[in-house]
Amino acid sequence: MRDPALIRMLPDGRRMHLRDGPIDLIIEANGSPQAVSAAHEAAARRFVSILDELCGELPLLRQPARKTSERPRGMIARRMFAAVEPYGQDCFITPMAAVAGSVAEEILESMTAAASLNRAYVNNGGDIALHLGDRQSYKIGMVERPDRPSLFGSLEITAADSVRGIATSGWRGRSFSLGIADAVTVLASCAAAADAAATVIANAVNLPDHPRVTRVPAWDISPDSDLGELLVTRDVGLLSRLEIDTALENGVRVATLLRERGLIHSAALCLQKCVRVLPGLTTKSECDRRDGFPRLRAPEVHARLEFAGRTKPHA
Amino acid sequence: MPDVFPPDTVRCDACPVLCYIKRGHAGACDRYANVEGQLVRVDPHILLDRAKSQGTPLVPFLEREGDWDGKIMKGQETFVTAIGAGTTYPDYKPAPFIVSSDVEGVDMVTVVTEGIFSYCGVKLKIDTDRHLGPERNLVRAQGEPVGHVTTAEYGSQMLSLGGVHHLTGGSKSEGRVTCETLLDLCNGREVELTIDEGASVRVAAGKPPVVNGQREERMRVGCGSATIGMFAKQWFGKVDDVVVVDDHITGVLSEHQAGKLLGVRETGIAIQGRRSTPGRYFQVAEPGTGWGGTNISDPLTILKPFKAKFAWPHLRLLMVSTTGEQFAYYELDEALRPVERELPEALKESVGRIRENCEPALTTVLFMGGAGGSLRAGVTENPVKLTDSVKRKLTRVTCGGAPAYIWPGGGITFMVDVTRMPENAFGYVPTPALVAPIEFTLKKDDYAVLGGHVDYVRPLGDVLKEKERQRQLSSHAQNPWPLKPHAGSSES
Repeated sequence: MRDPALIRMLPDGRRMHLRDGPIDLIIEANGSPQAVSAAHEAAARRFVSILDELCGELPLLRQPARKTSERPRGMIARRMFAAVEPYGQDCFITPMAAVAGSVAEEILESMTAAASLNRAYVNNGGDIALHLGDRQSYKIGMVERPDRPSLFGSLEITAADSVRGIATSGWRGRSFSLGIADAVTVLASCAAAADAAATVIANAVNLPDHPRVTRVPAWDISPDSDLGELLVTRDVGLLSRLEIDTALENGVRVATLLRERGLIHSAALCLQKCVRVLPGLTTKSECDRRDGFPRLRAPEVHARLEFAGRTKPHA
Repeated sequence: MPDVFPPDTVRCDACPVLCYIKRGHAGACDRYANVEGQLVRVDPHILLDRAKSQGTPLVPFLEREGDWDGKIMKGQETFVTAIGAGTTYPDYKPAPFIVSSDVEGVDMVTVVTEGIFSYCGVKLKIDTDRHLGPERNLVRAQGEPVGHVTTAEYGSQMLSLGGVHHLTGGSKSEGRVTCETLLDLCNGREVELTIDEGASVRVAAGKPPVVNGQREERMRVGCGSATIGMFAKQWFGKVDDVVVVDDHITGVLSEHQAGKLLGVRETGIAIQGRRSTPGRYFQVAEPGTGWGGTNISDPLTILKPFKAKFAWPHLRLLMVSTTGEQFAYYELDEALRPVERELPEALKESVGRIRENCEPALTTVLFMGGAGGSLRAGVTENPVKLTDSVKRKLTRVTCGGAPAYIWPGGGITFMVDVTRMPENAFGYVPTPALVAPIEFTLKKDDYAVLGGHVDYVRPLGDVLKEKERQRQLSSHAQNPWPLKPHAGSSES
C-alpha cells in the first residue's frame, strides 16, 4: 500500500516539510511573501514525482559509475551520475552516493526558477542545497552524531563564497559507510558534489582490519544495498589518540587531493571527538590553531538545526 | 543482491523503493521496520492502545489501517502520550497537544507535552552485595563525573546520577557526558560507569548488573545470620550444625540465637574471621566470586579443627552459601575430620528453598525530574494551580503513560520507572538537558477551573486522524490505565 507524499508547513509557519518514502526535506525560503509562496508551490509540484522518477532507474543507479557505464536519463539521476563520475576510476562508488544532495539541488532549482528569493535552503537529512542572494549568508552548525545532536563546529557561508552545497557523511548516519568517521562535513559548489565527496572522504577515514571496528557485508543488513557484499561499519570501539590521528590523516590526504582537483571547497572530519579541518574553512573559532589545523572548540549553540532520525526532540 | 533471503525478510510496499527489510532492521526511510517478520510503522508520536490482552507492543500497521478509516477507536481505549509531541519551551504557549476524550461519561482532558528537564537525574538501584565504592565517591562515565555513590540499601547499592550541577554546573564535556549517560540509561541502553576507588559496572534498566566484568545473577536471600534465622526450624533435627557462608556475615546454627532457642546442641565449631556476636562472623575470607561473595572455593578452609571436648564422630554438618548456589554436606569420621557425603534428601529441600528465595539481581533506573514554570504554563495560565491540582489528585501525571510518583512538598517533582515507559521515550537538547514526555490528565471541568487553555482542546478523534506521524502501542501490562477516573496520580 503506497503512502501518499507528505507536504506540510511545520508549526513555525516558516519551514516546509516534504516527505515521500525515504526522502525527507526541510525547506525554507526568504523573500517577499508572494515569492516565498510561489517557491513553496514550485517545490511541492516538483517534489511529488521525484521518487517515482528515481525508482524507475533504481537498478541502474545502484551500479558502480564508470566511464563506460550506461548513463541514466532522469534529471536527478543525471546530477547523481555527474557528481560521482570523477571518483569512478579510483574507487567503488555508485550514483546513490549523491542521491540526497541531488534531490536537494533539484528542488532548490525549481524554487529559484519560480521566484526571486533573498535566500533559501533545501535540507535533505543533512545534505543541503543553498541559494544566497546578494550579501546574504547562512550560519551552519556541524553535528558529529545524528543520534546525539550537539555541534562540533559552526561556520558561516556568505554569498561571496562559492559554496552552495553542504553534505555530511559518517558511519552513524542513515547511509552505510565503509569508513569509521563519525562525521565528515564537506562544502562544495553544489549539494550533489558535496554529497559524493563526503561519502568518499568518510570512507577514507579508516583503519583497515582494526580489531575494534565491527564491519558486516552491506547486504546482510539491507539485502538490496548498492554496496552489496562490501563491508560496512557497524560499530567503532574506543580508539587511542594515535589511531584516531592515523585514521583522520588518511581522510585528510584524500580531502586535500579532492580540493586540489577542484571537487570541494573544504571539509571538516570528526572522529571520536577529534576534529581536522582543511585550511581555508572559515570557522567560528579559527583563532584556536594547533598542529597546523584550525581546531574547533565546542561552540555556543546559536542555530536551530534539523536532525534526521528518531531522536529529534522538537519533531 | 544475494540470491536467497532469510525467510522472514519482508518487502515493504509503502513506497516505490520497495525495500527488502530483514528481521530487526528498518527500511531506507527509517519509518517502516521488520519486527518479528511483520512490517510495522515506527513513527515517533506514540499512542498507547489499551489492549485487553497483552500481545506484542507494536501493532502491525496494515491490520490497524482498516480500523482507522472513518471509524475512530473509542476514546477510552486510546491514550495520547507525550512522546514525540514536541514542546513549546521556552514560550508561554499552550502545550502541543491538549486532547479530550470521553471516559465513562466524564469528559477528560490530557495535556501532552515533552518537557525539557535541566533539573533531572536518575536514581540507580544496583542489586549486588559486592562493594562498588565508598559512599559519596564520584561516579564517572567516559572519565567525566556524572554522579556519586549514595546509600547502600538491603542487597543493593544506590547511585545518584545527573542533576543540574553535573548537567550545567561543570565543564562542557561533563555536561555533555552526563546528558548522554542519563539519556542512555533512560532509554534502556547499557552504560559503563566507574567509581573512584571502586568498581567498574555495566548497567542497563531491568537487566542484571555486571560488576568488574562479573554478571550478578541472584540477590542473596539475606546475610548468613539472617539465613540461619529463616531456616533454623527446617534444619533442626535433620543436621547437627549449619554454616551459612557469606561475605558480610557468616552464620553458624549451633551458636546462633535461633539455634539456641531450638535447643541445638553445642558442636564447638570454630570459624576463621572475627566473631561479632554468637554465631555471627565477619571477614571469614576475602571478597570474591566464590561461596557467598567470598573468594572461598573449598568451604572447609574457613573451619578450624573440631575438638573432642564438644564434637563427636558422625556429627552431621551442612555448609551452604547465602544464595544456595554452593553447598556441601559432611560427616565427621572417628578422628573428627569432616568427610564429604552426598546431601541427604531431608536437607535438599532447604537448600533449594534458599535458592528459590533469591530474587534475580537487577539494575533499576528511576528518572527523576521537576516540571518547571514554563512547562506548567503550557498546561494552564496559572502554573501554581496545576501544582495544587496535582497535589489534590485531581490531575494525574504520567510519563509516556507510565505512572509517576509525585514527591510531597512544593513543585511537581516526580519519579518514574523507565522500564514502564515505551522504548526510546527520552530525547535531549544540546543545552544540555533531557527531553521527557509528561502528560497531565484531569476532568475537563477541572481544567477550565484551573485556567487551562480550553480553546486549544482538540477531540481525541481529530488527533487520531493525523496518522501521518503516529505510532500505536499496547499499554504496559503493569501500568494502570491513565484515563481511568478516580485513581490517584501517585498510586502505581
